[in-house]
Amino acid sequence: MYVAVKGGERAIDNAHRLLAEDRRGKTSTPDLTVDQIREQMKLAVDRVMTEGSVYDPDLAALALKQARGDMIEAIFLVRAYRTTLARFGSSLPVETGSMKIDRRISAAFKDVPGGQILGPTFDYTHRLIDFKLAADGGDPEEAISMDDAMPQARHVLDLLAGEGLVETPEASQDQAPPGDITRTPVEFPMDRSTRLQSLARGDEGFLLALGYSTQRGYARTHPFAGEIRVGRVAVEFQPEELGFPIQIGEMEMTECNMINQFQGSKTVPPQFTRGYGIALGHGERKAMAMALVDRSLRAGELGEERTAPSQDEEFVLSHCDNVQATGFVEHLKLPHYVDFQSELNLVRKMRRQVEDGIAFAGKEAAE
Amino acid sequence: MSTETQDDGLEYNFAYLDEQTKRMIRRALLKAVAVPGYQVPFAGREMPMPYGWGTGGIQVTASILEPDDVLKVIDQGADDTTNAVSIRKFFQRVAGVATTEKTEGATLIQTRHRIPEMPLHEGQILVYQVPIPEPLRFLEPRETETRKMHALEEYGLMHVKLYEDIARHGHIATTYAYPVKVNDRYIMDPSPTPKFDNPKMNRCAALQLFGAGREKRIYAVPPYTDVVSLDFEDHPFEIQAWDNPCSLCGETNSFLDEVIMDDQGTRMFVCSDTDHCTTRQQQGYQGPGQEAAE
Repeated sequence: MYVAVKGGERAIDNAHRLLAEDRRGKTSTPDLTVDQIREQMKLAVDRVMTEGSVYDPDLAALALKQARGDMIEAIFLVRAYRTTLARFGSSLPVETGSMKIDRRISAAFKDVPGGQILGPTFDYTHRLIDFKLAADGGDPEEAISMDDAMPQARHVLDLLAGEGLVETPEASQDQAPPGDITRTPVEFPMDRSTRLQSLARGDEGFLLALGYSTQRGYARTHPFAGEIRVGRVAVEFQPEELGFPIQIGEMEMTECNMINQFQGSKTVPPQFTRGYGIALGHGERKAMAMALVDRSLRAGELGEERTAPSQDEEFVLSHCDNVQATGFVEHLKLPHYVDFQSELNLVRKMRRQVEDGIAFAGKEAAE
Repeated sequence: MSTETQDDGLEYNFAYLDEQTKRMIRRALLKAVAVPGYQVPFAGREMPMPYGWGTGGIQVTASILEPDDVLKVIDQGADDTTNAVSIRKFFQRVAGVATTEKTEGATLIQTRHRIPEMPLHEGQILVYQVPIPEPLRFLEPRETETRKMHALEEYGLMHVKLYEDIARHGHIATTYAYPVKVNDRYIMDPSPTPKFDNPKMNRCAALQLFGAGREKRIYAVPPYTDVVSLDFEDHPFEIQAWDNPCSLCGETNSFLDEVIMDDQGTRMFVCSDTDHCTTRQQQGYQGPGQEAAE
């Protein structure tokens, strides 16, 4: 006898208990602390902050612990928390030009004022599994510290801008307050500030693949990594009643300025154009991919023909948010009995028609 | 508005959303009611459930819920499917409102994929969870284009699609999310409800609100508004029909779910609307399945 699927409530409660057990793993292994995650899984924490759109390493580390290391789940937790926070104002734009630098490289010039600073990077490591880490690697050797703590340097692109070889960012847009997709509904076409916000929150993997596609001929933009810098920037806030800004803290950020070749148009002489990428914490891959896609999306503005996915604003920006994407893909797990029933009936009806048709044709042929 | 303190010590505003957000959503709702069938963009928030789990409907419900409301939540017509249970629990927790499984006793019904079989009455609100609010989306993927098409009432593409169905199959091959025209102006997606439910939307006494969280759109059908399913004079709109009545309650005029009973593939047909089915059984109605079991 059929009994309707009851007990959803009990099943959900028990599923939550199983999840909590699985998250903890074997209790003979010590529980992971949020401090350990924040200090030793820093790049994961940084990605959760960037795509979760909130600078809070402790919160991101906790989200990673709760999400069992699933990045998108952790990003989702942070986003859902973020929407409940009250806003008391906007900071002034952070000045990345006066960043206290940990790492700063330019692939366009052999040397630049302020110097090339490698900093902590995987770039020149050999990817050999370090088994010492498994057997208690101990504390690492101390690195040689730089002469003056945290140097500062001008943007490499500013040096070229003086000659007019590189475009200067559009001044008119600089004056307008930047858009905010978390407070106003998205409209297409998007202005560049809103577009950059979407990309900054966008999925690293998705942007990486799109950026990669531009290097393989789908909307080629001839990019050079003009500058990548990682370091700490001051965050300033100007309370209305005070009349002057006060520094309320510091954030670590990664910024990428791509330089791209541009043939020029009827009104603009040939010059280099820019693609811009930024991430919270240390996130070079994200910042670079974002810069490639940003430049690609400027096709319309620069009068280039749009032929590739990376140039299609609606395609890129409607699908780059991984919290939205994972939600809609995974919602297919929810029951669809009713729709499927409707389709079942339809396919049966259509099959009957086809079978009747075949029978009729057979009968005619036999006659 | 009061805040609700939970057992675990967490405090949320009544019905989770803060009052500023509710006000923003209510404004969108007012506009939606004023222009029936028009998709109003709204700044949808991230909710503590995933996109695709009904975040649009949940935001609409959270914005209009009042402390003395009686809430019913259904998914696939049933009150006891896992996601319906989860959403009902959410509002019990953050709003402390009374809940019910009875269609008649509810002041606010949040639904996914069905409209209750029992006709709704004045004063009730039906909130739909919507995945893709744009009825033209699968004909034209670009929002910039579809908004223009709505503005110019340029719906030829949709009629061509339906005509091509008839040319190929002899009938319109859309069984759910069947497009409707609202108040003789906007073509609207009724959310993925089966076309069986389309006639219930027409001149419905209840207010119907639609929320799409991921796509950030709200639309509405005010009470007693004309909602016409698209068709042709020589191919009029028709709803699904079943050869059998409901096995449990004997109903012949409800949407039936097909249940596979055993490895031999024995089928059984039962009402998808669980409240409708249990109410009828309590009234003494029996289906062929019940009689056989006795």
